[in-house]
Amino acid sequence: MNAKPAFVYDAQRVWRDFPILSRQVHGKPLAFLDSAASSQRPASVIAAVDDYEKMHHANVHRGVHQLSQEATQMFEHARERVREFVNAASSREVIFTRGTTESVNLVAQSYARPRLQPGDEILLTGLEHHANIVPWQLVAEQTGAVVKAVPIDRRGVVDVADFARLMNDRTRIVAFAHVSNALGTVLPVREITQLAHARGAVVLVDGAQAVPHQRVDLQALGCDFYAFSAHKMYGPTGIGALIGRESLLEAMPPWQGGGDMILTVSFEKTTFNVLPFKFEAGTPNISGAVGMAAAIDYIDSLGIDRIHAHEQWLLESATRKLEAVPGLTIIGTAPEKAAVISFTLEGIHPHDLGTILDTEGVAVRTGHHCAMPVMDFFGVPATARASFACYSRESDIDALVAALGKAREVFG
Amino acid sequence: MDLKDLYRDVILDHNKSPRLFGKLDPADSSADGHNPLCGDRLHVTVRLDGNRVSDLRFEGKGCAISVASASLMCEAVKGKSRPEITHLFNEVHDVLTRHDAPVPDDLGKLAALSGVREFPVRVKCASLCWHTLNAALDRSHEPVNTPVKTE
Repeated sequence: MNAKPAFVYDAQRVWRDFPILSRQVHGKPLAFLDSAASSQRPASVIAAVDDYEKMHHANVHRGVHQLSQEATQMFEHARERVREFVNAASSREVIFTRGTTESVNLVAQSYARPRLQPGDEILLTGLEHHANIVPWQLVAEQTGAVVKAVPIDRRGVVDVADFARLMNDRTRIVAFAHVSNALGTVLPVREITQLAHARGAVVLVDGAQAVPHQRVDLQALGCDFYAFSAHKMYGPTGIGALIGRESLLEAMPPWQGGGDMILTVSFEKTTFNVLPFKFEAGTPNISGAVGMAAAIDYIDSLGIDRIHAHEQWLLESATRKLEAVPGLTIIGTAPEKAAVISFTLEGIHPHDLGTILDTEGVAVRTGHHCAMPVMDFFGVPATARASFACYSRESDIDALVAALGKAREVFG
Repeated sequence: MDLKDLYRDVILDHNKSPRLFGKLDPADSSADGHNPLCGDRLHVTVRLDGNRVSDLRFEGKGCAISVASASLMCEAVKGKSRPEITHLFNEVHDVLTRHDAPVPDDLGKLAALSGVREFPVRVKCASLCWHTLNAALDRSHEPVNTPVKTE
């Protein structure tokens, strides 16, 4: 392994932190290569959620009793951990949501909908996940605004110059993924944000695929909204965050009404709560927030920079080994990529590939990855996608390559 | 789960060299089938002679199971009447979805699909063509096609 850089960490030890990874699938050891769809949770996250449920649960921001105080304290501590994790300016800017999708919808409905005029433009990219397309199409339909997309090239790269070319005085919102879920391409958030701000547009970044893999510093990136989900960063499902610039959030109306988001209610007039509670109607996912904070603790214990280095090494190794497989084509070859490899195998449909790999214990995603425009661009109905996480090992890549050989055997 | 049970030689053969592949023009009816889960798309065209399917073709892209199933279906239903096709469809449906269903003798080569039932997520791949054919036959008097979804 002469391409191997300086020792990053013992992946086998990290792997052992995740109880599910040692189970078998169809009598074979599991090689879990679908972390971009949802990552697994370490024992520490499972234990933190368990401890909360067993010892501390009550409703938050409501009771004077001990349990309610403990739950509130844990929930607000989680908010502070999320703030630190992405270096948001203030915990008032951290809104808990169900995840990235809900975060984007919140901005589309609460920020964009009241402001957009017919003919205003929303600029996306050809790389986007459906969660960063459909909410904008809905608000465009509601307001008469127009959705445009910056094209990608054959490597899956979005050229910053194309962003500049497609922005104009009608551009109100620029929304794009920090990291493409289908191809792994990393976008230059800071440069694009500066261009958009020069045009007076507001920037939303879908960070779902970025936060588990690389350091995210919102003060350095400068974007106005940043959305992500806990379940892609070793936390529970059903919880995520929207980080928003405080001045923008202040000016936005609530998007759902209910408890927790109000100060006083009468039938004549309701006064809304302050940030971030204004956007958190109803009892939140408290155990989810506790689990999300534990996931951040786990990431910190390994070090996000070390996780990044480990995954980049895996990406390099996997790319080399997959390129050597006859008939295999890697889709998405951007120079700067996260640890995601989409590919096709000549003569074998990705869906058949998924089934065969599964019987060998290798879990990959097959399909359109909720990014049909990306599939259309490359002229394929679907791809197979292997994605890596902090716990992925070289042996998982070898299991994938061996299973691809098995697929070739079956199809002749 | 045995892969050999899913990818039998008949299936692999019909995937590699699909029979009755293409499009009838003119046709008496047609329908599109789409399985959004895996992106499979099928287009079925039929020619009718009374209540009999005198000829049919399919075209499209899909996994081995969906292509082979469509190819086997076209071979099996060509020249058959509506009631005969409904009978075959019910038999195939049972074989695909009921774990303990016996494989009827009159299924012929379609019996090769019986391995699919051990792979529940793949049942839709095999049944897409049948739903599409049914749509084409049901709307043989209608001029407009709307995609058939299996989800």
